[in-house]
Amino acid sequence: MTTVLAVEAGDSTARNLTLTLFLLFVAVTLAITVWASRQTKTATDFYAGGRSFSGFQNGLAIGGDYMSAASFLGIAGLIALYGYDGFLYSIGFLVAWLVALLLVAELLRNSGRYTMADVLAFRMRQRPVRTAAAASTITVSIFYLLAQMVGAGALVALLLGIKPGTTFLGLDADAAKIATIIMVGALMVTYVTVGGMKGTTYVQIVKAFLLMGGAVVMTLLVLAKYKFNLSGLLGDAADASGKGAALLKPGLRYGVETPGDALQTFYSKLDLFSLGVALVLGTAGLPHILIRFYTVPTAKAARKSVLWAIGIIGTFYLLTLALGFGAAALVGSEAITAQDRAGNTAAPQLAEALGVDFLGGELGGATLLAVIAAVAFATILAVVAGLTLASSSSLAHDFYANVVKNGTASERQEVAVARISALVIGAISIVLSIFAQNLNVAFLVALAFAVAASGNLPALLYSLFWRRFNTNGAVWAIYGGLFAAVFLVFFSPVVSGSPTAMFPGHDWQWFPLSNPGLLSIPFGFLCGWFGTVISKERDDQRYAELEVRSLTGAGAH
Amino acid sequence: MSTDTPASAPAESAAERYLAVQRSAEFAGLRRALRGFVFPMTVAFFLWYALYVILSAYARDLMGTTIVGNINVALVFGLLQFASTFLIAWLYSRYAARRIDPVADRIRAEMGEVTHDHGPRG
Repeated sequence: MTTVLAVEAGDSTARNLTLTLFLLFVAVTLAITVWASRQTKTATDFYAGGRSFSGFQNGLAIGGDYMSAASFLGIAGLIALYGYDGFLYSIGFLVAWLVALLLVAELLRNSGRYTMADVLAFRMRQRPVRTAAAASTITVSIFYLLAQMVGAGALVALLLGIKPGTTFLGLDADAAKIATIIMVGALMVTYVTVGGMKGTTYVQIVKAFLLMGGAVVMTLLVLAKYKFNLSGLLGDAADASGKGAALLKPGLRYGVETPGDALQTFYSKLDLFSLGVALVLGTAGLPHILIRFYTVPTAKAARKSVLWAIGIIGTFYLLTLALGFGAAALVGSEAITAQDRAGNTAAPQLAEALGVDFLGGELGGATLLAVIAAVAFATILAVVAGLTLASSSSLAHDFYANVVKNGTASERQEVAVARISALVIGAISIVLSIFAQNLNVAFLVALAFAVAASGNLPALLYSLFWRRFNTNGAVWAIYGGLFAAVFLVFFSPVVSGSPTAMFPGHDWQWFPLSNPGLLSIPFGFLCGWFGTVISKERDDQRYAELEVRSLTGAGAH
Repeated sequence: MSTDTPASAPAESAAERYLAVQRSAEFAGLRRALRGFVFPMTVAFFLWYALYVILSAYARDLMGTTIVGNINVALVFGLLQFASTFLIAWLYSRYAARRIDPVADRIRAEMGEVTHDHGPRG
């Protein structure tokens, strides 16, 4: 009896502390947002934060924009449950930054203004290309948004300790999830409509510090527990998992070998390649990441910000090893899956275990859990704000100003439409997230990466490097890659025909891979090439301007 | 530079100027310097990453071989991907500062007058 009471006392302390810290984060970020709104006067302020951020600040903000719930909670959980295979995500997500650094960041910064489509449409007919780019920007961002918001909803019940049959502030677990989704949606819309890019950037910088701080502290505690003996930690994790040395090598989750079924084994390995390719090529096609390069004054600053981002993100992904294997060793896979089958709560559970050890007893555990839970919410908020900004910018700047108004809209009208768009996108994502609560979070993020790599990256690279590329090619590349990715996912085992599918009771699956990237990305490139060569359009003069501007920064905004 | 052409001329001359710059030997050198680094480096890191993914799929016994204690080839290989990413980023920043930025700055400075009267800035 007394132990139960103690546990519940610990729970409510954790709950109150989580709420307090979270409200503190919200209060601080809202204050920053209001301050930023006073500095936001022009369209450049709203879309690009006045291009006044330094390389270091933008590097932090990129980290805050990029390291989502999928990175922090998802990867730690995957490593805790499947060991080495979770680490594959960390590696793919990091190596991907070389594509952005070497091929995209500086050239985009020099030749664009507010959105990805500025570069895609630079030497093309504006309306068809901007329409296509807005469509793919919004598709990618909404899938990504759903993943974050569904994740937030799923986590809140666990993090606030609402168990089935109990209530918190009169809310049961389901009501709390919906309340959380609505609250996250309302906050992200506020950050974006009030603070624009400046407010959003500062929210992301604050979050980057919190997330790095939380991850470093937890890593140090895990390592201290093993007297900084990594091998000892790995050994303990392997033993505690019940899977032994298999936990430490690839194969528990991806590229699984089915004995006696060579075809299934082959598909499983192909699926691993497909995931690997989508992870590496997706990043440089994510609109919310691309628009961050416009917040710095020069291409050199854009390069610096990617270098900082690689340092910060790389360090963080190294720490996921300690977090994931630490959770496997100190929490154990049974306790993790009992709380959340996908392992998304491994990191907060590890925090609780470490708190019990180092800060002393239930209260210590509750305290560290509360801190890490608040960090997780901050993580989600910063990412959804970036996504909302990217999609509303594209809706206002690409679709409204350049397609509907044919380039005649005033700056003031454009920004007003961007603010309204943020509201609309926020509302749509809230509604979709409430209905999408049962979807797998990792699936939505992987889909967003595959769609970005298939629909955006080919058009972007052709635009920057291929003289012959034209309007028709751009439209083909974007729609071809976009539809191929979405189409293949629809007929894949993640949607139907498997016990873990979105619609487990139905079966219209015929595509064997759960990630479409291996086919849809080359298809996007192929479409871009084919669409180009069947059209006679060719504008060497505009390409000369794009190439000179992108390489030298002449005439840059 | 033709200064005696009528109203619509500035835009046209700016466009021609971009073509002229693009065809200049200096710009060709800049393009070569950039592409000569980023294209081979992209191929290199992509193949290196692909090798890692392929070994993860097909060479599991090799990947599972322990080196020291519980630290195996797979972990070291993964950490090497981090190391190579950091290294390539550092090499590129050094290369760009030395071989790309000075040329780009020079061309931009030479174009200064033209880009000024061509369209709005900022």
